[in-house]
Amino acid sequence: MMTVLRWVAVLALVIGAQLAQADVTDPTRDHPLPDPAMEAQARAFMRDIRCVVCQSQSIDESDAEIAAQLRNAIREQMAAGKSSDEIRDFLVARYGDFVLLKPPFKASTLLLWAGPFILVAIGLGFILLQRRQKSAGAAGNAGLTPPELSESERNRVQRLLRGEDTP
Amino acid sequence: MRRLLYALPILLLVLFGWLAWRGLAPDRNPSALPSALIGQPVPPLDLPPLEANGAKLASADLAGHVTVINFFASWCLPCKAEHPLLFALGKDYGVPVYGIAFKDRPGDTAKYIQEMGSPYAKIGLDESGRTGLDFGLMGVPETFILDKNGIVRYRLPMPLDPDRIRNEIGPLLKSLQQ
Repeated sequence: MMTVLRWVAVLALVIGAQLAQADVTDPTRDHPLPDPAMEAQARAFMRDIRCVVCQSQSIDESDAEIAAQLRNAIREQMAAGKSSDEIRDFLVARYGDFVLLKPPFKASTLLLWAGPFILVAIGLGFILLQRRQKSAGAAGNAGLTPPELSESERNRVQRLLRGEDTP
Repeated sequence: MRRLLYALPILLLVLFGWLAWRGLAPDRNPSALPSALIGQPVPPLDLPPLEANGAKLASADLAGHVTVINFFASWCLPCKAEHPLLFALGKDYGVPVYGIAFKDRPGDTAKYIQEMGSPYAKIGLDESGRTGLDFGLMGVPETFILDKNGIVRYRLPMPLDPDRIRNEIGPLLKSLQQ
């Protein structure tokens, strides 16, 4: 009984593998590049491209059909000798800056990139200003520090401490 | 100056409040993406026809008048749902609706059109999905509206619905046709 089950499992695997390879022209299936180095380069590039239908995934990790199509388009262009910049421009022209997981630094994204630094600068400025005001206030506000003792008062304090006088 | 500085936290609070208010607005779709194609010329078209003796769907078909381009596929269920609306769209507003069968086997497309009827002035086959890629397609159905000069004016990355045709697409088509 066990061996029969095992054979059925093996058969299922073999048939499954055959079916998976059946349609080699299917654009929704991955066709890795023959050159492993170039394929690795393509995969690295794909990690920075956003899948437009599953928005927080890169197309490298997405199972969506459109992601597979974009992957194959990228491989096709890489095999044709296009540079990464050219392929990136190709994608941005069609899908906009949004397709890049790392948005570019330009006028319309200035606030996005510089925003956190501007906020920190405002906060620091606020703290510094507060501190300056506080120290300036301490020096100028004589009412809070006790007045200096006169000569006779100091002598009286000495006598009190020595027990020669009573308060 | 100092008083202005003390107003800063309140100003920031108002700003963030406004952003949150906008972000939570019920008619806002946070996953909606701006289309890179709006205001750009339509990508060149050169697609084989559905019928063996038909004419190609080419860029020349789009020149000189307002047109609608609708991407569909026989395997796409929402396409079936919006199909009757495409008839109405073409008839009510007098615009040619061009269909592009996206990543579909020609045989399946033919069967689909035979069953459902054709609201399309012409159908082009995009079996490889290459033209869809040029349009920045995210899926099917998607509908584009081009003005007389072939500039993309509108894109709907979802099925059509009667309300949208009445309130959004119809008025746009009319204003473009003037």
